[in-house]
Amino acid sequence: MHLKRKRKLQQLLLLTVGSGLIIGLILYALSENINLFFSPSEIASRKAYPVQRIKVGGMVREGSLERANDSLQVSFMITDYQHDLVVYYDGILPDLFREGQGIVAQGQLQADGAFVADQVLAKHDENYMPPEVSDAIEQASAAANATTEQTDL
Amino acid sequence: MIPELGHLALILALCLAIALAVVPLFGNATSQLRLQVAAHPLALGQGCMLLLAYAALTVSFIMDDFSVVYVVANSNSALPLPYKFSAVWGSHEGSLLLWVFILSLWTIAVSLLGKRLPLLMQARVLAVMGMISSGFLAFTLLTSNPFKRYLPDAAIEGADLNPLLQDFGLMIHPPMLYMGYVGFSVAFAFAIAALMDGKVDAAWARWVRPWTAMAWGFLTLGIALGSWWAYYELGWGGWWFWDPVENASLMPWLSGTALLHSLAVSEQRRLFKSWTLLLAILTFSLSLLGTFLVRSGVLTSVHAFATDPERGYFMLLLLVLCVGGSLVLYALRASTVRSRAVFNLLSRETCLLANNILLMVALAIVFLGTLYPLFLDVLGGERISVGPPYFNVLFVPIMALLLLLLGIGINVRWRAMPSQRLMHLLRQPLLWALGAGFAWPWVYAGAFNASVALAGALLVWLLATSVADLRQRVQQQNNAGSVWWKLGASYYGMLLAHIGIGFTALGIVMVSHYSVEVSLRMAPNDKVNVGGYQFIFDGVKSIDGPNYSSIQAQVQVLKNGSVQQILQPEKRHYNAGQQVMTEVAIDAGLWRDLYVAMGEPLAQDSWALRIHYKPFVRWIWLGALLMAFGAGSAAWGKRHRFILLPVAQTRHKGINS
Repeated sequence: MHLKRKRKLQQLLLLTVGSGLIIGLILYALSENINLFFSPSEIASRKAYPVQRIKVGGMVREGSLERANDSLQVSFMITDYQHDLVVYYDGILPDLFREGQGIVAQGQLQADGAFVADQVLAKHDENYMPPEVSDAIEQASAAANATTEQTDL
Repeated sequence: MIPELGHLALILALCLAIALAVVPLFGNATSQLRLQVAAHPLALGQGCMLLLAYAALTVSFIMDDFSVVYVVANSNSALPLPYKFSAVWGSHEGSLLLWVFILSLWTIAVSLLGKRLPLLMQARVLAVMGMISSGFLAFTLLTSNPFKRYLPDAAIEGADLNPLLQDFGLMIHPPMLYMGYVGFSVAFAFAIAALMDGKVDAAWARWVRPWTAMAWGFLTLGIALGSWWAYYELGWGGWWFWDPVENASLMPWLSGTALLHSLAVSEQRRLFKSWTLLLAILTFSLSLLGTFLVRSGVLTSVHAFATDPERGYFMLLLLVLCVGGSLVLYALRASTVRSRAVFNLLSRETCLLANNILLMVALAIVFLGTLYPLFLDVLGGERISVGPPYFNVLFVPIMALLLLLLGIGINVRWRAMPSQRLMHLLRQPLLWALGAGFAWPWVYAGAFNASVALAGALLVWLLATSVADLRQRVQQQNNAGSVWWKLGASYYGMLLAHIGIGFTALGIVMVSHYSVEVSLRMAPNDKVNVGGYQFIFDGVKSIDGPNYSSIQAQVQVLKNGSVQQILQPEKRHYNAGQQVMTEVAIDAGLWRDLYVAMGEPLAQDSWALRIHYKPFVRWIWLGALLMAFGAGSAAWGKRHRFILLPVAQTRHKGINS
């Protein structure tokens, strides 16, 4: 009986350590491969640094889309109505990309503060605003209200 | 009138489902035979009511009854008829109705084919399925009634079905996927019944296996259809995005695969019994989780959950009740289910154990990658997303290891096998695999590539080990005076499914390494070379469809100077919802796809075009077809045909023990 119990304990220990190890390794790999999301305001306040790949999101500013004449190179500005960010992209924009529409772009921040995207996403629903974008806009306007209130005082 | 009939039928179905959940179990407890037998008519009645409700909703779509809210939101009088049928499951309410309808079909199937089971088992299995059905019917009726109407002010015209869903692949993808998801409820119900009973025998495992194989086959088809659809409909040529919605269907698939293999051990060797029960619970729970993730809106954002909390919380409640309840039962009763047998380190048992461990690790990878961002978001942490590199880095090596092991597993015998004998069997396949693997990238591309070599070697390895095992078995058959086809459909199905996964793996690796993708600006008469083909853009013309207008590009495809084909991708503008959709043109082939999609119009008649050369991409879905076909044939093989035999014949085999 005692031996049996000891064996059972060993098995249990082995199982716990084994699965713990596996999950630990997976979580480590996970932490190496996440993409953080930033709003234009967060980038303006230097929360993101031009080393890692990040996601940015905001509304495309009306009249900001510019196309090259001989290639697919485009640039446009995204905004959370507090700060703007210039995005460069070489490729085909999604069907629902329009000025005034919320989008999410993935890529790298440059040292000069511009953003070079390798992927631009807009969802297939014109009423849809990426949740990150609506959050970011809310936060930015809340922050702006707070600062105006402070200056009022 | 018809929607009211449908609504009434749905309410009656709920009443019958509740009766199905309660009456047979009450009969069990009080030993009243009549009440236990009542499970069969109740299951049939529930199915008929749901068929009626389902038909009522379909008729509302066909007759353009724009007084029904759901029809207004998902249909339009100009919508082509076939899409009116598929629009029934085009959105939340209808897809839930499809879910319960399919559940009722599985319930009827169990009721009809399960007449040979011990009465106690029949009653319990059907009752558990009745419980699941009651939960989902209550959910449908209370939070997402598809028969809600605009009265007296009916709408004049509908908003039209989402153009993305107006497509053949998406017509059959949801029913297949649900057949899979819901099919696992049978294994789940059998597991719960076994836990109530406190015993699992070979007969039990033999019963559950064909059901699980069928569900698994459907799920495989459903996932493959979804991937194929994403490939040609979304317009960027990807076939798997590691998107949470896709992962939601992959998780029950991984767990279901483990269940199939663990069931084999439980049947043949009476081992891994409580583990099999846990896997059956896990697989169905993951199916529910998948339904929850996709249907509750948590994936778009945890805030979407909060905007429609009723549905989200109800579904979460169902999930918690089902998973929690079954796990509590498992904790209480699993210790009564004992496995006592020994096996050698070199045996099929060990291989299948390793298979289960690898699949569980793969499941953990997908689970954490899918749900970690969600948890972080709920806890108010940073907004993050997990990209494909995470999944590729972790998932791919696990799968490679699994395939390597698979070749050994096919050839190893139960209990124990002398290692020299195994080496003797595997030596030739190993040489073939290594040779072909090294040669393959050279032959195909003229340069070595480790991943491609590995994928090629694994496919040849699977083929060669299958042949080795087949040859050996045929020899044994001959010695016993029998013939090769006596090995049975189950055996050939098993081989076919295993070879299928090799085909899929090779397709994935080939398309990942040798695809050529070009996005460029083309003016009329511009030429471009992609993957050995020349593409000439001849400009665009306007055409009109039933519920859209379209701009169609003309792209000539030349090989060695002669015109092969004219590809006509479109940019469609749907009238009702004003959506813009890209319609891809594909020249499909076994060895390569040519894929042309239109981007946006640019100045002076030029267009942005996306041109892809995709080698072996069809093999991904071809492999999935083989897997599904193999699973179906394994389920319907002679070994499992006993469920259709009369009682007297099965009794001596120990089925009714």
